Amino acid sequence: MKKTGAQIFVECLKMEGVDTIFCYPGGATLNITDVLSGSDIQQIVVRHEQGAVHASDGYARASGRVGVSLVTSGPGATNTVTGIATAYMDSIPLVIFTCQVNTMLIGNDAFQEADIVGITRPCTKHSYLVRDGKDLARMIKEAFYIARSGRPGPVLVDIPKDITSNLYEFKYPEKVNIRSYQPTYVGHIGQIKRAMKEIAASKKPVLYTGGGIISSGASAELVRLAEVLSIPVVNTLMGLGGFPGNHRLFLGMLGMHGTYAANMAITSSDLIIAVGARFDDRATGKVDEFAPHAKIIHVDIDPTSISKNIKVDIPIVGDSKNVLQKMIHLAEQGGPEFKDYHASIGDWIKETEQWKNDYPLTYVRNGTLKPQYVIERIYELTKGKAIITTEVGQNQMWTAQFFKFLKPRTLLSSGGLGTMGFGFPAAIGAQVAYPKSLVIDIAGDGSIQMNIQELGTAVQFRLPVKVVILNNAHLGMVRQWQELFYEKRYTWTCLECTPDFVKLADAYGAAGYVIEREDDVDTVLKEAFRNGMPTLIDVKVNPEESVYPMVPAGAPLREMLLV
Amino acid sequence: MRHIISVLVENEFGVLSRVAGLFSGRGFNIESLCVAESLDPTVSTMTLVTSGNDAIIEQVLKQLNKLINVIKVVDFKELDYVSREMVLVKVNADERSREEILRMVEIFRGKIIDVSPKTYTLLITGDEEKLKAFLTLIKPLGIKELVRTGPIAIARGDKVIKVKEKHSEGGGEGNG
Ligand SMILES: Cc1ncc(C[n+]2csc(CCOP(=O)(O)OP(=O)(O)O)c2C)c(N)n1
Ligand SMILES: [Mg+2]
Repeated sequence: MKKTGAQIFVECLKMEGVDTIFCYPGGATLNITDVLSGSDIQQIVVRHEQGAVHASDGYARASGRVGVSLVTSGPGATNTVTGIATAYMDSIPLVIFTCQVNTMLIGNDAFQEADIVGITRPCTKHSYLVRDGKDLARMIKEAFYIARSGRPGPVLVDIPKDITSNLYEFKYPEKVNIRSYQPTYVGHIGQIKRAMKEIAASKKPVLYTGGGIISSGASAELVRLAEVLSIPVVNTLMGLGGFPGNHRLFLGMLGMHGTYAANMAITSSDLIIAVGARFDDRATGKVDEFAPHAKIIHVDIDPTSISKNIKVDIPIVGDSKNVLQKMIHLAEQGGPEFKDYHASIGDWIKETEQWKNDYPLTYVRNGTLKPQYVIERIYELTKGKAIITTEVGQNQMWTAQFFKFLKPRTLLSSGGLGTMGFGFPAAIGAQVAYPKSLVIDIAGDGSIQMNIQELGTAVQFRLPVKVVILNNAHLGMVRQWQELFYEKRYTWTCLECTPDFVKLADAYGAAGYVIEREDDVDTVLKEAFRNGMPTLIDVKVNPEESVYPMVPAGAPLREMLLV
Repeated sequence: MRHIISVLVENEFGVLSRVAGLFSGRGFNIESLCVAESLDPTVSTMTLVTSGNDAIIEQVLKQLNKLINVIKVVDFKELDYVSREMVLVKVNADERSREEILRMVEIFRGKIIDVSPKTYTLLITGDEEKLKAFLTLIKPLGIKELVRTGPIAIARGDKVIKVKEKHSEGGGEGNG
């Protein structure tokens, strides 16, 4: 039987198991929205298309499933760009459907036409312009497959409006067959054995792990390998939660705002075992002086990540989980080459523990309300059992430092692109995926204003997301750089005319609270966390606080400014 | 180092812009690019010339491979190959120089493909060295315009660069 393109679209989503779509309408979506409304796919209608993509991204990061959004042509499509670029940098599986003007009008500068495939080409894993409706089902199938397989990423499908109303024979393809796309999951056993030899011969190994552990579901394997061989672990921002934040072998996050122990361990190490991390400049500091005494083993599913920023001694292309399983197997056999290893590793562990004890993450308690204190309290009150999203800036770094992430997919943060305005819509998406969980966006007063309109979405769909605004009356992170490197000339960074967040919440029908003193933190947070409503909590923190340790941009990791 | 790279791609809409965008977006050099359908009409061959140190070339090859529509990437540095380029040159041709031009074209096994009262248009094919030698010699006669294709290359002997069919997994597994 023949179906319209819109019907085919909805059938395909069902076949893919899509339960939720984040969307915003326009002239070009009309045929699809009309069919979708009769389906049991949940439709979360946002207030801005950037919000739709970030929400689908939060849904994907929290659940591990592909996040799906649908927007109209032209401005609807261009509004998605920041969301797509954010997901691309962090390897998040999304499918973004944009509608396009009629096939015959493409290229004519038609009303609300934008070459969205062209605009997003550098920030998508792949994209499709559906030029013939008979390809629609295949392209949708491929889009989902490409988004979630290999190194995940966003895939855009642009559908002209006439295709959504024309009739086509519908047959859902059983299989995907893309001859030019064959991700490598299985690590080369010879390389893995070489890596194990290096580990056995090392005295100061460090596991440096990132978001790849989370996307491949390899946390349990990471913990196992670290424990079997007593290897201390440092995480990138994207890797937090991939290894329990309260584990004795955990040294914390490395990099610009990393812990003293993590950065010193990298600096002193003789063997870095990088798994699912990509040697980003915020993590490595001055790249020529990164881990100056170490050989490097690098496990990554994306061959382009290997030897891109740093020369690697043993490259292993493969899925983190697959490779770690093989490493564990070899480590557990514990051949004779591991005898000396186990005898000497205790000294290295002691050295790292010394760093942890001598220079823990800390801040000065002086009677003023400190943002770090607020985050510590959120951790204690939730016992770490919450999904935390962040905005970007100091709020993000303090969260990474002072909240102990115990499980994967509990920290959702824009790592690669550093997108202010990500956290709130991402929290909405996470709440949609897990309606019963406590979802908290730790925000800044600047960032929250970048997608504040999504309060309407949260209220409309009864998504009781909590936004804790660490209100320092500044674009704090930029202010911090001005304080340190521009002689305190705070140009552009004092936030004036910030709205009264309690009144704003009230205007939207959400709950609002203010916290001005340490003493009120627990009472207000407890109340806010159980009120069952979307909630803004305006926490007036000390505006002078900075994030430490800090490795100035371009300096090696050992050169940390401490508190 | 200069590398000639052959890229087999799906003969589809938009693939060229993905490859071109990759080079501009990542700041890779691209000296020349030649694209046309291959023996298999579903596949196009792009021959491109780029340069860079080993680390850069490694990234170029990997990044090309990462593009979903790219089926195969071959760096001719790894192979024994032959390459040819074609050049069209419009030169001043007056009473005094015509004879000389004809002789050069003869020596280099070229052709004169168009003639006007004041110019000859010459066609020469060859590898890089040959074209360079020819252009050096013809230059003093006065080149008015020059168009080159950029090289194309093929492996020597019976070695064939072709697509091998593989099958993706991914059937069935839903979004759960
Ligand atoms: C969309 C976007 N624009 C600009 C920046 C640059 N930037 C990085 S941090 C920051 C300040 C953020 O201020 P706020 O949200 O109040 O967080 P704070 O640092 O004060 O905690 C800015 C402007 C960015 N990361 N993202
Ligand atoms: Mg701020």
